Amino acid sequence: MTGCPRVNIECHRTSRSRLVEYGRFDRMADESLFEFLHMEIVSHIFNEQQSSKGEMDNKERAACISLLEAMGFRVGQGLIERLTRDTPSFKDELDIMKFICKDFWTKVFRRQVDNLRTNHQGTYVLQDNKFSLLTQFSGGKQYLDQAPKYLAFSCGVVRGALSNLGLESVVTAEVSIMPSCKFQVVIQKL
Amino acid sequence: MSRQSNRTTDSKKMNSELFTLTYGALVTQLCKDYENDEEVNKQLDKMGYNIGVRLIEDFLARSSIGRCQDFRETADVIAKVAFKMYLGITPSVTNWSPGGDEFSLILENNPLADFVELPDNHSALIYSNLLCGVLRGALEMVNSTLIFPVLKKT
Repeated sequence: MTGCPRVNIECHRTSRSRLVEYGRFDRMADESLFEFLHMEIVSHIFNEQQSSKGEMDNKERAACISLLEAMGFRVGQGLIERLTRDTPSFKDELDIMKFICKDFWTKVFRRQVDNLRTNHQGTYVLQDNKFSLLTQFSGGKQYLDQAPKYLAFSCGVVRGALSNLGLESVVTAEVSIMPSCKFQVVIQKL
Repeated sequence: MSRQSNRTTDSKKMNSELFTLTYGALVTQLCKDYENDEEVNKQLDKMGYNIGVRLIEDFLARSSIGRCQDFRETADVIAKVAFKMYLGITPSVTNWSPGGDEFSLILENNPLADFVELPDNHSALIYSNLLCGVLRGALEMVNSTLIFPVLKKT
């Protein structure tokens, strides 16, 4: 179309030394940018399935949730690698879970887990009373049934992190009051 | 903004990694879902657009920038304020067309592509095409004219 303003974006690959130089400055991938991306990913995955028929059935919904969880898994693996580059090895399973609740949660969800409970037999419940990906939702019951869509990715992130720390697990999340959220982690014994 | 200054350098870096890794997971998934790179590019643009129309409000709320007087000012705000705020980089604004209605943003260090290497069979993939969509969506909300971002790889 002629007469419309155009913006050309060019991306250059830089040499390694350039990258080191830029590393000195603060990177501010603002939180909201990630939140927007996450929302759009959820929306995209659910819309892709929806386009075929009217309402989604449970099988399709489960497939979408699995897909989101799998994406989160790879991200969690990558994040924990970066985060634990310089940390000493962990004493035991509980030590790992505490690390997840404090350092990992702070880096990824910008606060610590409020409450960690365990039965000391491989099941842990992590409670976050102000889960960062739910704060944009209005409180109350109206959107409670939508919450699982927006938690699947995060469950995957936690599962991926644990996996790279040597713990295979099943991670699920439930919400009863927005934005408070409980993640249940069940460590799989091999 | 005071909200951002409380964070340590480490947590800022980590947030950027969260975004970068998530974006990588998205592109990987799109490449699996769609047969050809052109379709992936289109999806990235569409998703970027949806993000852009929301992001512009977030940007205006944070930056309290007033209306831009002309396209040149728009270009400066995009490069020096918006990109800096959201991605921590300041692309350079160059290559103005004679009519003043086309310019180039050069990203020397693209944070979306950190840790990324494209395999050979995806030569037509515009990895960062989300950015084009974001710009298109954001600018469409504040301008009366249509903007067409075009991404050139180098």
